[in-house]
Amino acid sequence: MSEVLVLVDHVDGAVRKPTFELLTIARRLGEPSAVFIGAADQAAAAAESLGKYGAEKVYAVDDAQIRGYLVAPKAEALQQVAGQVSPAAILISSTAEGKEVAGRLAVKLESGLITDATDVQAGEGGPVTTQSVFAGNYTVTAKVTQGTPIITVKPNSATPEEVAGAAAVSEVAVTVSDAAKTAQIIASQPRQATGRPELTEAAIVVSGGRGTGGNFEPVEQLADSLGAAVGASRAAVDSGWVPHTYQVGQTGKTVSPQLYVAAGISGAIQHRAGMQTSKTIIAVNKDEEAPIFELVDFGVVGDLHAVLPALTEKVTARKG
Amino acid sequence: MNIVVCVKYVPDASGEVAFESDNTVDRTATDGLLSELDEYAVEQALQVKEKREDEEVTVTALCVGPEKAADAVRKALQMGADQGVHVLDDAIAGSDAAATSLVLAEAVKKAGPADLVMCGMASTDGGMSVVPAMLAERLGLPQVTFASVLETQGDQVRIKRDGDVATEVVGATMPVVVSVTDQTGEARYPSFKGIMAAKKKPVETYSLADLGVEPSQVGLSVAWSAVEETTARPPRTAGEVVPDEDGAGAQALADFLASKKFI
Ligand SMILES: Cc1cc2nc3c(=O)[nH]c(=O)nc-3n(C[C@H](O)[C@H](O)[C@H](O)COP(=O)(O)OP(=O)(O)OC[C@H]3O[C@@H](n4cnc5c(N)ncnc54)[C@H](O)[C@@H]3O)c2cc1C
Ligand SMILES: Nc1ncnc2c1ncn2[C@@H]1O[C@H](COP(=O)(O)O)[C@@H](O)[C@H]1O
Repeated sequence: MSEVLVLVDHVDGAVRKPTFELLTIARRLGEPSAVFIGAADQAAAAAESLGKYGAEKVYAVDDAQIRGYLVAPKAEALQQVAGQVSPAAILISSTAEGKEVAGRLAVKLESGLITDATDVQAGEGGPVTTQSVFAGNYTVTAKVTQGTPIITVKPNSATPEEVAGAAAVSEVAVTVSDAAKTAQIIASQPRQATGRPELTEAAIVVSGGRGTGGNFEPVEQLADSLGAAVGASRAAVDSGWVPHTYQVGQTGKTVSPQLYVAAGISGAIQHRAGMQTSKTIIAVNKDEEAPIFELVDFGVVGDLHAVLPALTEKVTARKG
Repeated sequence: MNIVVCVKYVPDASGEVAFESDNTVDRTATDGLLSELDEYAVEQALQVKEKREDEEVTVTALCVGPEKAADAVRKALQMGADQGVHVLDDAIAGSDAAATSLVLAEAVKKAGPADLVMCGMASTDGGMSVVPAMLAERLGLPQVTFASVLETQGDQVRIKRDGDVATEVVGATMPVVVSVTDQTGEARYPSFKGIMAAKKKPVETYSLADLGVEPSQVGLSVAWSAVEETTARPPRTAGEVVPDEDGAGAQALADFLASKKFI
């Protein structure tokens, strides 16, 4: 069976959940092999968790020479690993960086690239992907027609399945050109842990907009009672109430949770673009004419500052 | 100093989008315009120019697209770009990101040499966010992409990049490919003076032959991936909306959440 390469998304060796989803998808297409680009002494720990999700091989690329440079060296490293194993496909997480690595790799390998897949299945003559396009208004299926299929997959596109893999680590020496080491990361400030689920991975998202008036407490408390992630509209982000990483929409995150709660959000097209494929949508808005109500499964016309705290109380009571 | 801004002509997002029988986007069904997200790139290019007042800076707006795409170039000129380049060739229709980046790269070389190649963070239609990285790859240039803040000094470029796990400061030496996000700040509207001045600004039209690109390297038939099926998402059936009379809203929501097994 051909190998399917999965680029490992990790923070200091701690593998992020979407990578386990990629390994699960990879098993549909062939034999999953993980490519770990990181510190040599973190490879073993990463391999252990990768093995739990079916990775048979782990290609470890020591990043000592390339750490601190943006995107390009990773694409070169991946190109060289791909050159050695001739994979059936290459799967990468659909993050900004993941897509850029994939873009450069596609040019290098003269191979077709599909981004932001929400599903990947084995098909005749290669993987068949599903994508949601035009602000979620269309679903398209697509196939790569040239070279090695390179596919970036959105978080939450598969449920990670635990299955034992050998996770045999082999170190791969790569040579990275000086030309790839030209965009330098001068400073890096890690995101502060919120203690809440990642926005793109969460099963429930509670978002607040301009209607919060800058008081996000009711939104956060409802989120915490539901074990949800907190999101926001751009209006809330632009007002400086929450960081940009909270933004849902065209120029923020695309989320597709089981439940999306929009509080004090009007439902502009750019916001919808990031949330309208959510399974269930509810909204609380003072204005019964707000366009968000066109999307909802259930809506309440009212003041979020009253409705949300009362709801939080009921949720907590029911759970407790 | 030369700045080339890549501007895409896209269907108006508020209009209906439609697919052709060959599964490409029907680009005639709705009116098009300069991609909103590329306006931020034009704005940042103009700001770089304005900050370098004791230097000769030329801002060139570059667009690959059909006849009507000249509108996108014109809008950039109205905002303040100095000149335009429109790559127009029937063979380009249906090109994927890989082919588009090839054409853009050759056009940048011909129009350049550019010190800064600026892009938007994504096209508002295709929205892959990969063309800037592909362009950098093809031009052999560093990429400093997804900038929420852009600064240049001499031949140095610095950006702030809000990544998934960290906020980074990334630096590189020109020439570079930059992409900017909508966090960089509102784009200016064309002034009346700008609109009048734009009429006199030069726009060159390149064909593929002018760029030394073979028609067989671009277009739908050589795309490296193919859409097989398109399905319109069934419209959401509007659900129940209730008023929060006497605080009944929270109870109704709790009942709904319970009925759906969320609590
Ligand atoms: C290029 C571009 C990209 C964009 N990208 C994004 C994006 O990624 N994400 C995004 O969200 N937006 C984006 N926008 C902005 C978008 O167009 C809207 O401006 C934005 O979504 C509005 O946010 P909002 O709904 O919070 O604010 P508003 O539209 O002002 O709506 C606030 C709502 O709160 C309600 N309200 C007020 N007080 C209360 C109360 N006490 N209780 C209950 N309800 C209350 C009001 O009735 C109103 O409906 C983008 C815009 C552009 C031009
Ligand atoms: N046909 C085009 N003409 C000019 N610029 C383009 C074109 N396609 C993409 N770009 C540039 O590349 C950016 C990202 O595009 P994309 O990868 O399609 O999301 C856009 O914001 C533009 O700056």
